Amino acid sequence: MEWFLTPPESEALLLSLRISAVAVFAALPFAFAAALLLARTRFPGKTLVDGLIHVPLVLPPVAIGFLLLMALGTRGPLGGFLLDTFGIRFVFSWTGAALASAIITFPFQVRAIRLSLEAIDPGLTAAAQTLGAVWWDRLVNITLPLALPGVAAGIITAFAASLGEFGAIITFVSNIPGETRTLPLAIYTALQAPGGEVEAMRLSLLSIALALIFMTLAELVQRRARAGA
Amino acid sequence: MSVEVSLRHDFPGFALRVDFALSRPGVTALFGASGAGKSTVVSAIAGTFRPREGRIVVAGREVLDTAKGIFVPPQQRRAGMVFQDARLFPHMSVRDNLLFGWRRAPVKAEAGEIDRVIALLGLGALQDRRPRLLSGGEKSRVALGRALLSSPEFLLLDEPLAALDAQRRAEILPYLERLRDEAKLPMLYVSHSLDEVARLADDIVVMKDGSSVLQGSVFDVLTGLELPALAGSPPVGAVIAATVSAHRDDGLTALAFDGGTLFVSRLSDPLGTRLRLRVRAEEIMLALEEPHGISANNVLAAEVAAIAESGTQADIQLRCGATRLIARITRASAQRLALAPGKPVYAIVKSVTVDAPAAHRDALPSL
Repeated sequence: MEWFLTPPESEALLLSLRISAVAVFAALPFAFAAALLLARTRFPGKTLVDGLIHVPLVLPPVAIGFLLLMALGTRGPLGGFLLDTFGIRFVFSWTGAALASAIITFPFQVRAIRLSLEAIDPGLTAAAQTLGAVWWDRLVNITLPLALPGVAAGIITAFAASLGEFGAIITFVSNIPGETRTLPLAIYTALQAPGGEVEAMRLSLLSIALALIFMTLAELVQRRARAGA
Repeated sequence: MSVEVSLRHDFPGFALRVDFALSRPGVTALFGASGAGKSTVVSAIAGTFRPREGRIVVAGREVLDTAKGIFVPPQQRRAGMVFQDARLFPHMSVRDNLLFGWRRAPVKAEAGEIDRVIALLGLGALQDRRPRLLSGGEKSRVALGRALLSSPEFLLLDEPLAALDAQRRAEILPYLERLRDEAKLPMLYVSHSLDEVARLADDIVVMKDGSSVLQGSVFDVLTGLELPALAGSPPVGAVIAATVSAHRDDGLTALAFDGGTLFVSRLSDPLGTRLRLRVRAEEIMLALEEPHGISANNVLAAEVAAIAESGTQADIQLRCGATRLIARITRASAQRLALAPGKPVYAIVKSVTVDAPAAHRDALPSL
């Protein structure tokens, strides 16, 4: 048995990491804004917005992939526009996989950030305001640093969840080696071939190792946050 | 420096109706029981609470006028606000907390002022610490320093001592007295402690159930007969402005005021020092004739100004020169002595409190 990763394996691993990283960090500013909206403001229709953000948690990923394909396929309304105007194409591309992962892991980020925002004493921002801090100053120097543990927890959880995304990716951007074949898709592919169980097991063990790393990271961040509070 | 405040706001089950005006610098106390609406008034002046209807003018500048649609946001009001719960920023060192407002002030105090405030509040050794490692008293001092360094035009102190025990309170009060005497900043001081008010305030606005019900100089309001009924029988007493007039060989210091002289155990303050004295209403006995053969050092000739009876007790307002005193005796005594306005009496003062005696003041670093 070969201990090092074979080229297709490391390709799937790196692709998984890249797609997840892009998905999580591209979604982060939006997740922070959404969390801020839900934690700090009251507006009509807030329950609806809250629900919409959390829809990906309960919707089958395949359905999300299908809806994305309908909207962003090159003959879809949005997809056609993006391709004609900017030359951007999501289908059959790793960026499409990142988009699907971002949507599915969005609620994880919002939830973690929102919890830490709600834990901040609103009196602190009021105090900063009386000391001359305008809104962006308060956001950057008070709210953001105090919400940092939640942001970190959100990033890690979303990243870990994104690594396991399967249904939306395979439906939306298909299973293309080196482009959209992430670890879960590689496991699925191995199982389709006769005698692929060994390969599937190797990839599964790799997934377990990754999961353990991220769970440890999440624990460390939480411990630091508690010590700092 | 003048402040005009007029506010109308309806909360569920609670109506705010406040009108007062401060025309001179110094400390104005906003006094009332918990839930009287004091903090809401201060928040409105700071701008963190926006009332439905109101007008607030600070030093000739309208910071709020709902009729004209004027609302100056808190960050532009230049109010040095000290909150009851300190509200230090937990992720910053004490020094960064202190400099938070200073860095954002449109007109920065000179850098030397930072060291002066740090020395004034005794914060030198704490600067690198995180707020969570501070005691309650230390937190209050940092919050006060942070407000002072933001170059405020006036200070708003929302019960800065309420969260502290008696010992910590006694530790901070002298700093506040010094601030009043040396910083020359107008202060609005929220408190439900008549003791603190009597010690610090020049003027007082009394609030009850959301309304401002009484306003005047601390000397008048605290000896007024309206206060006990409004504030639920607090420990009332007179505040007297006096001057050290003699240090006698018998170990007593004479303190002259407009209306007589009081004697207290030797003070170390030099002649001419102006001090604030307090005489609690329970500490005054009344006699119709000048008493002789009595251990009390202080007997003042006075005249009954007014009487208010409630239950078994009677509050007797006395005129002693230009100074007003208040004595709390039993209703039975008042009837036995046939007290009535205009009647001359002798007030036997059992004890006098001298605020911030010199020994305590000397312990503070020089400003």
